[in-house]
Amino acid sequence: MKNTDNKKMVRLGVVGLGKMGISHFSIANAHPQTEVTICDASGYMIDIVGKYSSRPTFKDYDEMLDQDVLDAVIIATPSRMHAPMVRKALEKGLHVFCEKPFCLDWRDAEELTALASEKGLVSQVGYHYRYVGAFQEMKRIIDSGALGDITHVLAEAYGPVVLRPKGTTWRTNSTEGGGCLYDYAAHPINLLNWYFGEPSGASGTVLNSIFSADTDDEVYSTLSWDSGLSAHLSVNWSDESYRKMSTKITMTGTNGRLSADRQECQLYLRTPSETLPDYNAGWNVRYTTDLTEEVGFYLRGEEYSAQIDDFIAAIIAGQGETTNSFVSATETDKTISMLISDRDQAPTRSRATPVVTKKRSWFGR
Amino acid sequence: MTFDRLLFGDNQFFGINHMSEEKARAQAMRFQDLSSIIEVLDAAYDEGVRTFMCTTHDRIGDICDHMRAQPAKYQDFRFYPCMPYAHKYANAVTDHGMLGALLHFMPDDGVFKTAFKGATSLAGKDIDGMFRILIDAEMKMFQGLNTPIIFLQNVIVDLLLGMGMGHVLGVFHDHIRDKYNVEAGFITMNMPLLYQVLTEQGVENPIICSNINKIGFRTCGGLDEYVETLRTGKLRAIAMSIFASGAIPPREAIEWLSTLPNLEAIVFGASSRRNIVSTRDLVNEYLGPEG
Repeated sequence: MKNTDNKKMVRLGVVGLGKMGISHFSIANAHPQTEVTICDASGYMIDIVGKYSSRPTFKDYDEMLDQDVLDAVIIATPSRMHAPMVRKALEKGLHVFCEKPFCLDWRDAEELTALASEKGLVSQVGYHYRYVGAFQEMKRIIDSGALGDITHVLAEAYGPVVLRPKGTTWRTNSTEGGGCLYDYAAHPINLLNWYFGEPSGASGTVLNSIFSADTDDEVYSTLSWDSGLSAHLSVNWSDESYRKMSTKITMTGTNGRLSADRQECQLYLRTPSETLPDYNAGWNVRYTTDLTEEVGFYLRGEEYSAQIDDFIAAIIAGQGETTNSFVSATETDKTISMLISDRDQAPTRSRATPVVTKKRSWFGR
Repeated sequence: MTFDRLLFGDNQFFGINHMSEEKARAQAMRFQDLSSIIEVLDAAYDEGVRTFMCTTHDRIGDICDHMRAQPAKYQDFRFYPCMPYAHKYANAVTDHGMLGALLHFMPDDGVFKTAFKGATSLAGKDIDGMFRILIDAEMKMFQGLNTPIIFLQNVIVDLLLGMGMGHVLGVFHDHIRDKYNVEAGFITMNMPLLYQVLTEQGVENPIICSNINKIGFRTCGGLDEYVETLRTGKLRAIAMSIFASGAIPPREAIEWLSTLPNLEAIVFGASSRRNIVSTRDLVNEYLGPEG
């Protein structure tokens, strides 16, 4: 399964064997151009995986870095540990793939982005929706301009994560980067950033607990851009009616309406556009079966493999920029912090006095 | 052993549709009562489709109860359980952490859970034993029913495959054979690679279920490699996702399948007697009568 024809191999450390780390390890290890080392502070996971997998293991991150055995790391530890671990790796000259959200403090995100760029290292954050065919098609349609002026977007994500009051892990603690905002809402926010850049304002933000003691289970907000575009964000991870996380983006423009989820991309065009010759006037539907590019190894969706493939390809090619670089993930961190800041401000209690023009009577003209 | 050529899948009953979320929801609504699922299963059974390949979803437990209550009526009915229902575990990881999730699904009555929690040395961690206990827990709902093949779901098979933990696939195979006296099967999205690893593990003539369809949808490693493995490998291959979620018209899909070497069975889903019959008839037309 590994290549034998002297292709460049990337020595890759996977750090943190939690839900995402295990999946990254499996995908990265199946890649033909990697030699993977694993690292996890919990002895249990290292013992279990180390016992059956032939890969080298470390329990201590610093020790692994000091051994100089790596070209790159995948950081999949709890979110509050991202910033210090990413910094150490960059200082060692390693390329970094970090799980989302990138940094809990956007100032760390800016510093680390600058550091990666200064050192010419490949950086990436695991916003895998940018590798979903239907969301990529949505990006292509937006960039073609075929929708005319886009005036409003609805960005939604729902799923069944926290369905009753219960014990806590880091994922349910907001100071550790848990909660619906960091875990779920970060994804549609990142897609909005990809499509439209960083919003200039947030208002009406609701970060509400439904079952969780320490954090938010539902997130609502109105985002605005200087261009006049607005977006409603509606996210809830306590919704049992969904079988698994379901993300959907819908937008309206002067020339039509566009929506996408993981399965399909639907476009209604009022008039056809020369910039989008493969779409007709009226309804157009493209399914995941048409939009998905095959990956070399499949675990849980092509997008999870495609993002790792991209990271490894960028390292081998010696290019610093990936679709989900630290630059773009920093926009998402800053948008998230804008939401928190908006939530902290009291909602307005004032009422506008309408400006009413007194209707002149017919005879008064 | 020989197994039926046409196997009835369960995605349509649980709101799983790879083409459309709206369609998935409509199906979830239609099949929320057990009786509407049983009605379709009965139609399949009447039409000679006797094997139900299903996830170990909680609701399958209700179907099992129904079948157990009428042993005479369902004496030829077969389940091919596919374990585990992965979302159950994934959600538990969010609640309890990785290790906590595993312990959460272990029976409380055994000494094993306590021993595992307490073990701090590598030697003390009987991973194979833990895996066998999880298999037995998943199999509880099928007690007394006919389960000639028991499958490990692709999310686990492929996870282990990527991690280079093929040994655990061997543990599954041996436990199913030794304890249940039936055959183990493996579902995967990476068929050529799995075949290679199972062969290395000494699993002979493995039963492998994977996507096999004309447009190569989710045939990782490449459709050509799939066809080559079918042609040259010694395996019992089962094709799923044969219509690629509706992207291939039924006749075209089945005509293409009939050109493949070494295909033992086909899994398909349907929500009505009409669709069951039409798929069955197409298969008979292109692959010849069964037997």
